[in-house]
Amino acid sequence: MTTIPCFVSPTAGTSAARAAALPARGGLGLKPEHFRTIIETRPDLGFFEIHAENYMVDGGPFHHYLTQIRRDYPLSIHGVGLSIGGEGRLDEDHLDRLATLIARYEPQSFSEHLAWSSHGDIFLNDLLPAPYNAATLHRVCDHIDRVQERLGRRMLLENPATYVEFAASTMAETDFIGEVVKRTGCGLLLDVNNVYVSCTNHGRDPQACIEALPLAAAGQIHLAGYAQDIDAAGAPLLIDSHGAPISRAVWDLYRYTLERTGPLPTLIERDNDIPALPVLLAEAQQAEELLQACLSEAA
Amino acid sequence: MNQFDFASALLDPDLPAPAGLTAWNGSDPAHRFRIYRNNVIVSLIDALADTFEVTQQLVGEDFFRAMARVYAYGHPPQSRLMAFYGASFPTFIASFPPAAALPYLADVARLEYLRVVAYHAADLPGIGSDEVAAALAEQATLPTLKVSLHPSLAVLASASAVVSLWAAHQGILELSTVTTDSPETALVLRHGLDVEVMQISPAAGAFISALQSGVSLGQAAAAVAAIEADFDLVGTLGLLLQKSAITAL
Repeated sequence: MTTIPCFVSPTAGTSAARAAALPARGGLGLKPEHFRTIIETRPDLGFFEIHAENYMVDGGPFHHYLTQIRRDYPLSIHGVGLSIGGEGRLDEDHLDRLATLIARYEPQSFSEHLAWSSHGDIFLNDLLPAPYNAATLHRVCDHIDRVQERLGRRMLLENPATYVEFAASTMAETDFIGEVVKRTGCGLLLDVNNVYVSCTNHGRDPQACIEALPLAAAGQIHLAGYAQDIDAAGAPLLIDSHGAPISRAVWDLYRYTLERTGPLPTLIERDNDIPALPVLLAEAQQAEELLQACLSEAA
Repeated sequence: MNQFDFASALLDPDLPAPAGLTAWNGSDPAHRFRIYRNNVIVSLIDALADTFEVTQQLVGEDFFRAMARVYAYGHPPQSRLMAFYGASFPTFIASFPPAAALPYLADVARLEYLRVVAYHAADLPGIGSDEVAAALAEQATLPTLKVSLHPSLAVLASASAVVSLWAAHQGILELSTVTTDSPETALVLRHGLDVEVMQISPAAGAFISALQSGVSLGQAAAAVAAIEADFDLVGTLGLLLQKSAITAL
């Protein structure tokens, strides 16, 4: 991986926007409330990420602003609606819409979730868990094969944040993901917050989970904030809310992860209670400082 | 566990949590399942609150969220494109008994939904005034002329003061001055990047709707003449032209 200086001039943006891969820098989710500020101030940032489904519209301000922003920044397209873990067949119409969006914006990365979100005709608008067993593995691999075939590119699969486990599970989550990566050749979108949330919720060791994931396939990292609850026994139950600053524990786990993966493109996710852009830029900057430290240690 | 049971329990709070869930510490998994239940219903209510902002202001947050909850359980999304969730919410509001005292509420919701549709509608440039002037000068072909309108454009003829109610919640108008049962016709369109809401005469509304249905200029004008003898055809076309809403002749 090439080393990218932490403070590049925003005018260097155009060539960065055309790079083959996302840079190993901090990035932010693109939010409509920040469109104008981004265009007016051109913040120094590694990349932006969009939720694919929000841009599956015919025209209007979303495409207007994204087109402008795309000229200056690398882009990650992150799907939330493919339902890769779903029992039903993949929605080919949705895959077509995705292919159109990807052809239009030529993102450096495309990712989706290890989860399901549709059942029959109903879209549940949430990322739902599935048991880790041979039947799910077979289905998920078939779906990822189809996605990669239709889109003509490798996708990254994101590890989930979950709140329940299944009696029907026969594999550890990390082994399941490792097997999917091995069989399909997809990459890993390593959501460090999800690792922390799921490990807390299921009594596992977060560092051991990081070690057990297929880190060599990791192409991007997600960081986010969580909300805190408790379960019926009074044990902590963390909720992947995307509505708070990143916790100290997740920053520590991120540092632990980088020591094993080397620097990776790192997205700060915030989808609820969205603050002003400078607040998020400061979090992206915090990630960049850890990425820089990681590079200096490697050197 | 199968996904049918899981999905059914998410969308019906009276059903028990699906079988086959476990927790590492032996705690009741049904307690944990409620996080998924809550995520789903809250996300749907939030999506409706984003689209139907003025509707929410008119009834207050508690009433709105309770109404949206009933709707969301009965009408979960059938598309992954959440921006357009709630197309049938206005019709639901019209027959929602607790909202019966507010006969204007459903039309305010209709107006807000049209604004979302206009916001995301396809980009299409309007034609210039020279082209319109040339077409209007051709007296012989004028009656058979077809006028194509921008995909963002919609007309809403309401028995309520729907534009005034909407404007009052944008700080454009004082709410206390609005007579809610005074009929108003709204024209919604996107001009450049901005969605605009204008009050137009019922005749202009009927004329624009006729053009939108694909009839010729002559047929649209004849239909409106029956409603209003001195309909301002040139003024209405001028408004559409000024808003870049005529996309082809």
